[in-house]
Amino acid sequence: MAHRKQAARLGLMALAMFGFGFALVPLYDVFCQITGLNGKTANRVAAGSVSQDLSRLITVEFVTYTATGLNGEFEPSVRRLQVHPGEMHQVDFTVTSHASEDRVMRAIPSVSPGLAANYLRKTECFCFQEQPIAGQSAAVMPMRFYVDQGLPDDIELFTLSYTLYDISEPVAKRG
Amino acid sequence: MTQQDRTQTADGHLEVEHAHHGPAKGIGRWLFTTNHKDIGSMYLLFSLTMFLVGGSMAMVIRAELFQPGLQLVEPNFFNQMTTMHGLVMIFGAVMPAFVGLANWMVPMMIGAPDMALPRMNNWSFWILPFAFALMLSSLFMPGGGPNFGWTFYAPLSTHYSPDSTGLFVFSIHIMGISSIMGAMNVIVTIWNLRAPGMTWMKLPLFCWTWLITAFLLIAVMPVLAGVATMVLTDKYFGTSFFAAAGGGDPVMFQHIFWFFGHPEVYIMILPSFGIISAILPTFCRKPLFGYSSMVYATASIAGLSFLVWAHHMFTVGMPVAAELFFMYCTMLISVPTGVKVFNWVATMWRGSLSFEVPMLFALAFIILFTIGGFSGLMLAMTPADFQYHDTYFVVAHFHYVLVTGAIFSVMAAVYYWLPKWTGHMFNERLAKWHFWCSLVSVNVLFFPMHFLGLAGMPRRIPDYALQFADINVLVSIGGFAFGLSQLIFVVVLVKCIRGGEPATAAVWEGSHGLEWTLPSPAPYHTFTTPPEIK
Repeated sequence: MAHRKQAARLGLMALAMFGFGFALVPLYDVFCQITGLNGKTANRVAAGSVSQDLSRLITVEFVTYTATGLNGEFEPSVRRLQVHPGEMHQVDFTVTSHASEDRVMRAIPSVSPGLAANYLRKTECFCFQEQPIAGQSAAVMPMRFYVDQGLPDDIELFTLSYTLYDISEPVAKRG
Repeated sequence: MTQQDRTQTADGHLEVEHAHHGPAKGIGRWLFTTNHKDIGSMYLLFSLTMFLVGGSMAMVIRAELFQPGLQLVEPNFFNQMTTMHGLVMIFGAVMPAFVGLANWMVPMMIGAPDMALPRMNNWSFWILPFAFALMLSSLFMPGGGPNFGWTFYAPLSTHYSPDSTGLFVFSIHIMGISSIMGAMNVIVTIWNLRAPGMTWMKLPLFCWTWLITAFLLIAVMPVLAGVATMVLTDKYFGTSFFAAAGGGDPVMFQHIFWFFGHPEVYIMILPSFGIISAILPTFCRKPLFGYSSMVYATASIAGLSFLVWAHHMFTVGMPVAAELFFMYCTMLISVPTGVKVFNWVATMWRGSLSFEVPMLFALAFIILFTIGGFSGLMLAMTPADFQYHDTYFVVAHFHYVLVTGAIFSVMAAVYYWLPKWTGHMFNERLAKWHFWCSLVSVNVLFFPMHFLGLAGMPRRIPDYALQFADINVLVSIGGFAFGLSQLIFVVVLVKCIRGGEPATAAVWEGSHGLEWTLPSPAPYHTFTTPPEIK
């Protein structure tokens, strides 16, 4: 029957589009990573810097947030740095947990303006990793970085923000 | 209606042969029917019911906004009303109305005996009441119904949503399945069941626009089902599609949602274009100007609709290049849309116009939809949009295109084809009252919203600053008047179904097309032998 065949074909089209909806998730991540849109920093360790550009001075600001439900504080050692492209720097982030029991936390970075994200090279970072924090204690998490010399000329200042989430429950659920 | 169905048929010889094929008796007729006319009527009645339900929610919203401060409802209930009003009107009123019209008219316009997949047609209607029962019942659950806006942005719909969100997601799934099945039916019917001689470029424009709409539905409803599923698993099963803590991204929700959402906008307006293109030539007594350009314009609007989704989210933080891309693509859509509007104007040019009720609604559509299109162009401009975003300006814009656009076109269509469906003329005096009351009140309702938005009143908020009070009183009065005017519509419909002056086969003096060659009311079975098209 011609009707059935065509209906089946259209049904397949609908199924394919359902799959496409889910395929958009990895596509979105890849797209953001390649273009550096959305302020997503590369989730990998960069090689060290080779040379420096002393003629430029870039201001990097550090902002920290704690997500709703997190019982504690999260602070950078410095809120604002003047750096030359290629110059290595270290900023320490301190987590102070007020919870009585041990928690697992994770910090998610974001860069604004988004286009600067691709030029922030982190040689050591705690971001995206699960950080076990003992109850009523503080932990220092270092982040070493430099700014790539390819940073577009019109960017003189960018902000790196970290939001710290308490992910103990999903981690416990996962077992 | 049922008695006439069996006594009048298109050709005399069919009457004897098919006399036993009349509608079944009792409730079984409606439950098990596979007849496109029965299913079309059920869709239209369902849509009218949902229009009144969604309308009463709008009345709650306007009553609360009548004065500044919180008087009648709690903010959380207010949010449930804005959310449900949107969902009910989009998925319950506008879309089923178009499917109902397609069911009634497409087979009669192309000379087919019925829809191509009648059993599926029955299913696609009957799962709809269940979807809406699920969704509306969530209002009575502990914690209340969906309160995150019809766009269900994460994390509002995941992290902060009420416990009843699962019901919302499943009802969206069922509505999606229903729309997809309806769309498949339309495509297969138009593709395979056109009468001999009806080539593609002789297809009535209502069928053309619906065919393209059906492809849009098949392309994007599954994406909506997908994104709703992700919300479901994020909320209940610990995934992190949109939760930043787990490495997901809430902005991605907006991208996927609007990848569905923008074509959805055209799903709700393309069939209107078809309706207006059917009605205008009748009352201008002139063929439609630029038929083939209308077809191409419809197709290019549908194609472009996939490239503009991010204009709903300019303020989310995109690079300038992306904002410019989406801005220019959006503005590009006004070209094919302009082609349509100018074609309609050219159809009227030197026509001999008469102003029956369907024509009045069609003319109101052309003017008011164009106003909605202009405010859309203003919103398309990225720098300007930063001011308009999430204000009443946006509310004014999409109500101009959806109420005076989509809904007015449905009313035009109902008045146009009602005599064909019932066999009676409707009460023209009452119908004109309905038109003029609606026309005046709808503008009192929505036009001042532009000013509220420009002055900075945010949407979806139950309270507002004092300086907005006067205009809100005006808007609310317009709202109540528009709501009451629709009761006239219900009276006209009930009176017309129960009786009235018998309608002729052609009904309107200038009518043209296959559906007008059938007697009024259209017999239960039509075109069992395909007509010949020259």
